[in-house]
Parts: sequence; C-alpha cells; structure tokens
Amino acid sequence: MAGLTLTVVSPEREVLREDGVTLILAPSVDGQLGILPRHAPLITQLAPGTLELRRGADSQHFSITGGFLEVMNDTVTVLADASESASEISRERAEAAREAALRDLDAARRTHDDVMTTQARLALLRALARLRTVERSQRG
Amino acid sequence: MASPLELRRRIRSVDNTRQITRAMQLVAASRMRRAQEAVQAARPYATHIAGMIERLVLATGNDRLPPILQPRPIERTAFLVLTTNRGLAGPLNTNIVRTAVNEIDAASDAIEISVVVVGKKGHLALRGLYTLSAVFTEISDQPGINDILPLTRLLIDGYERGEFDEVRMIYPEFVNILTQQPRVVRLFPVVLPESQEEAREADIIFEPDPASVLEALIPRFVEMTVYRAMLELAASEQSARMVAMRAATENATELIEGLRLAYNKLRQSRITSEIIDIASGANALADA
Repeated sequence: MAGLTLTVVSPEREVLREDGVTLILAPSVDGQLGILPRHAPLITQLAPGTLELRRGADSQHFSITGGFLEVMNDTVTVLADASESASEISRERAEAAREAALRDLDAARRTHDDVMTTQARLALLRALARLRTVERSQRG
Repeated sequence: MASPLELRRRIRSVDNTRQITRAMQLVAASRMRRAQEAVQAARPYATHIAGMIERLVLATGNDRLPPILQPRPIERTAFLVLTTNRGLAGPLNTNIVRTAVNEIDAASDAIEISVVVVGKKGHLALRGLYTLSAVFTEISDQPGINDILPLTRLLIDGYERGEFDEVRMIYPEFVNILTQQPRVVRLFPVVLPESQEEAREADIIFEPDPASVLEALIPRFVEMTVYRAMLELAASEQSARMVAMRAATENATELIEGLRLAYNKLRQSRITSEIIDIASGANALADA
C-alpha cells in the first residue's frame, strides 16, 4: 500500500523526510487532526503540541511549537516554527523551561503586563509541548 | 640605512602579524563553510512557505486579503541595513553602507524615512548621517532564527501600526567567495510569490479559513526573508574576511622576503668588509 510522504521543515533545517507513513496525528488549531493516505487537499495552522507519525506498528514523536501543515496528493508538508524529535528533547531542560515560564507568568499577571503574560503563556505552551512529546513517546 | 638588529626586529614583527592573519584566514574559511551550509539548510522552508502562500492567495482572492497584504499609499519608508559586528572583512561593510546611503538619500527627498541598523559597523557609519530608530548589535555571526525575532517583531508591529508603509532591506548577497553583491529587497508591502499555476488546484480545505491562515503565515514569511538575508550576511562576512586575510598573509610574506633580502645583503657586506679589513691587515704585516 502506498503511504504518505511526510516532510517536516523548520527555518533552520529539514527536520524529517519519511516515505510510507500510514498515519499522521497533528495538533491543528481546531483540535487533533488525523491524516491517512488519500486525504483531501488541506492547509491548516498548527498549535504547539506533538506530531506523531505511524508506519504500521512503528511510531515516532516530534514536538512542534506551532506552524502550518499542508496535504497535497499524499504529500504532507509541515512548516514548523521549531521542531525536535522526542529523542532530541532534554526532559530536564523542558521541565526547567516550564518552571521558568510558570514563574514569568505569575510575575506578569501580578504586574498586569499583557505582552509579558502572552509571551510567558506561549513559552509555557512550548515547554508543555516538548514534555508531552517525551511522555507520549515513552508510552509508545 | 637600518641596522641588522632593526631589520631582524621588523622581520619578527611582520612574521607575528602573518601568523595572526593566517589563523584568521583559516577560522574564516571553516566558518564560511558552516555559514553556507546554514544557507542551504534554510532553503526547503523558504520554498515550501512560498508555495503555500501562493495557494492561499489564490484561494483567498485579491479582494479579501488580510490587512497586512492590502496595499496603501507610501508616506514613510523604513530601511533595514544589515552589516557585520566585526571588521577586517574587506570592503563588505563599506559597500553595504554606500548602497544604503544611496537608497536612503534617493528616497528621503519625497518621503519620510526611518533607519534600522544591524551590526556595529553599520551603526558607526550611519549614526552620523541619520537618526537611527533602532540598532541591533547583539546578533551572533552564526545566527539562529530566534536571534532575529526581536528585529522582525519590530518591523511587523511597526508596519501593522502604520508607523511606516514600506520596508526595504539592504544586505550583501553571497554570490561566491570573491563576490558579495549588495542587494535591496522590499519586505513590506510583502512581495507575493508569482503564481505559476494556470488554474486553481483541486479544492483545498482550509482550517480555519484561507484569510486567517494567510494572515498567520505572512509574519513567518517575513521572518524567513530576514533570516535568510542574515545568513547571506554571515556567509559574506566570513568569505570577505577570508579573502582579506589571505591577501594580508601574502603581503606579509612578500614584505618578509624583501626584509630578509635586505638583511642578508647587509650581513654579507659587513662580513665582506670585515674580511677585507683582516686581509689588508695581514697583508700590511706581511709587507712590513
């Protein structure tokens, strides 16, 4: 069976190019999105979260800090703001980032600084996306 | 006429300089390779984002474009000038500054201008000529995308708030090791990729809808454009430095050869005159 070709690119590099993918799970802004072969052409915005690709029983996980996804003739292209495979993510660093973001968020809320609050919230979402990616990949 | 001691000192001093310029040449050569790889690595994203924008514009229709893409009269132009933080890079920064000054002066007759500078060299050269609205000198010469986000945020916010109606970027394009060409490109209003498709492709589903995806994608496109220009700057800086340092090393080698020749001649003539002294002394004794 012909599968999907998945390409994940970030501004700094091509993160991944895989053929024969059977299922892609992606965090769209409207909720979790599942893509199987022969999917209709689609362009969507992605939220911070985990990108999962399956090839039969095999699965791989990538963190995405937001981006865009396009499906066209069984070719799926993900333009990620930043993306790392689960094995590249350091759990300690992600947890430290989460703690820092929580502290910033708290401080920003107390001073009613809207810009800081938004930035801290986005940083928190990015840290959580990384942590969840690690956790999901360990569960398999 | 310099004494042999003086000549020896000068040879040593020029040789020290040559060791430094040769080391800088080698460092620049290896950094240039890395910078060129970074330029290559950024290409897939740039290609894909251009294609996606093209399809989104086609689906949105020219009359429903988000505000960031709608044309407006140009009353104020911002210039973004990319230069390096460090010198010893041949004529690279001079060329960029000259191009920038020509562009800015040509525009400032008709419209208001503001100038944003990246790099200490540009800051030094331009601060006496214009009022600089922002200066970025903390960006690494091996930039990552995150390094340039404060800069692009300033430009995107400024354009959206109407602080300026056009943004032009001046940067050196890395043509090859010997050539870095100053380039002027327009960041805002965004130059949309030319549509290659004859008719609209099979109906595409857009989530949430084409205009909002497009609106979210445009800042990424601008960031990418600036990021790639910064990578071109980095590659240009290293190659210009490599060439300049190679020339300096060669000059030092020539200088040393000349000095060594002069030193050897001097030494030779001293020895000769000493031998003549001794010989004539011996002859005088023998004659006596």
